[in-house]
Amino acid sequence: MAANATGDPVSRRPGVARTVLSADDITRIVSRIAHQILEKTTGGAGVVLLGIPTRGVPLAHRLARRVHAVEGVDLPVGSLDPTMYRDDLRLRGVRPLEVTEIPDGGVDGQVVILVDDVLFSGRTVRAALDALAAYGRPRAVQLAVLVDRGHRELPIRADYVGKNMPTSRRESVAVRLREVDGADGVLILPPAPDPAAAGEPAARDRA
Amino acid sequence: MRRHLLTTEELSRDDALLVLDTAERMARVAEASVRKLPTLRGRTVVNLFFEDSTRTRTSFEVAAKRLSADVINFSARGSSVSKGESLKDTAQTLEAMGADAVVCRHSASGAPHRLASWVRGSVVNAGDGTHEHPTQALLDAFTMRRRLGRIEGLRVTIVGDVLHSRVARSNIWLLATLGASVTVVAPPTLLPLGVSAWPVEVSYDLDAVLPKSDVVMMLRVQRERMSAAYFPTEREYSRRYGLDVDRAAILPEHALVMHPGPMVRGMEIASQVADSARSTVVEQVANGVSVRMAVLYLLLGGSGEVS
Repeated sequence: MAANATGDPVSRRPGVARTVLSADDITRIVSRIAHQILEKTTGGAGVVLLGIPTRGVPLAHRLARRVHAVEGVDLPVGSLDPTMYRDDLRLRGVRPLEVTEIPDGGVDGQVVILVDDVLFSGRTVRAALDALAAYGRPRAVQLAVLVDRGHRELPIRADYVGKNMPTSRRESVAVRLREVDGADGVLILPPAPDPAAAGEPAARDRA
Repeated sequence: MRRHLLTTEELSRDDALLVLDTAERMARVAEASVRKLPTLRGRTVVNLFFEDSTRTRTSFEVAAKRLSADVINFSARGSSVSKGESLKDTAQTLEAMGADAVVCRHSASGAPHRLASWVRGSVVNAGDGTHEHPTQALLDAFTMRRRLGRIEGLRVTIVGDVLHSRVARSNIWLLATLGASVTVVAPPTLLPLGVSAWPVEVSYDLDAVLPKSDVVMMLRVQRERMSAAYFPTEREYSRRYGLDVDRAAILPEHALVMHPGPMVRGMEIASQVADSARSTVVEQVANGVSVRMAVLYLLLGGSGEVS
């Protein structure tokens, strides 16, 4: 049932997968976003990083490590699972729940930065904003994503974007991270030959 | 996960673990400042209770409400059931009202199974006769895993009225599926005839079993189900099979004392033992809500198609 974290989407599909970001690219992007966060939040004052599972969580930890390396600040890191707030629960089989871990200081009055791998329709972020409200009232909420692939369905934008990546709706973006997949990289997968038969993996529906 | 939760006997290991893992996530919701999720908004859960049970019904009601489902309590007393309506007619009525899930407690073993064949929604067995009470077993397993870190390899002793206990049956099947070894201890009159076919050891000597137990689960003596004399006197039962302070002292340091409630203090369990640090009685109630939220989410949270 866990269609997202599993398997290797490339091997299931004919056609050529294009690598669009290498491991080094990802390292540089994380580094740049860490600097941007420090700049925009004046040294990270009151910032809490919340990763959206699965791959947003290791990204949030990487950003925190990078911020620490640059300015010696320790930002609280947690995770926020938006699953139970999604608007498409009834459209498919039941989804397994992921971990929500709010750092001890809570989110009241803080600047919460949501971290995710791919920004697509914006529906995951919408759900995450609702989930966040159950844990308190942040002073501000910002969004950091590794890849913005366009095709927004809601009025949502990211404050920090690793790479803007124009894609076709029929393509998939697969983000791989060492902590989850064993290696870093971002690939664009060609359209599935038969969308009805393809057990759609990961990145396509993440947003 | 299948469409219904009727027994733990038919519950696969994967599904059982999925319920426990999901319940773990639900337990975290209780820590949020807003303890309400929109997940089952617009769904209707009917509590259909033909037997009195304040705690189980309330637990299901709290669980469904935390997930924003609408809850209708349909108790036999004061309804058309007391006027002679059959289970099938009641089921059709609920069906017509658009119930997405029916949580059913009935004094007849197998009633929820029948119900499941009549309604389109999901049926959750909340206790049927002397047959099963699956959510109780799941919350007990959840409590063991939270306290002791695992279930596999645990030595669990179930003491008391096994004959009439659906809690015991559900626990025995679930714990066997999850790899614990179960010993039942009871007077011979309170063990069912078929106990030799169950995946359990049988003992009549509580003092011999306790030092080798990681968990001891005390069952309530169900006076209301007893039509004959199963033991000479309550005092004798209590002396041989009750968990008093001296007996609790021979348990291993880490061992848990569990009770599904309601307890009869001084009968199967001494007050001091029920209130001790190793007793999980109150935790079990809190965990019950998390486990029932998990079950409702897994049955109703998706499109209904098995994935």
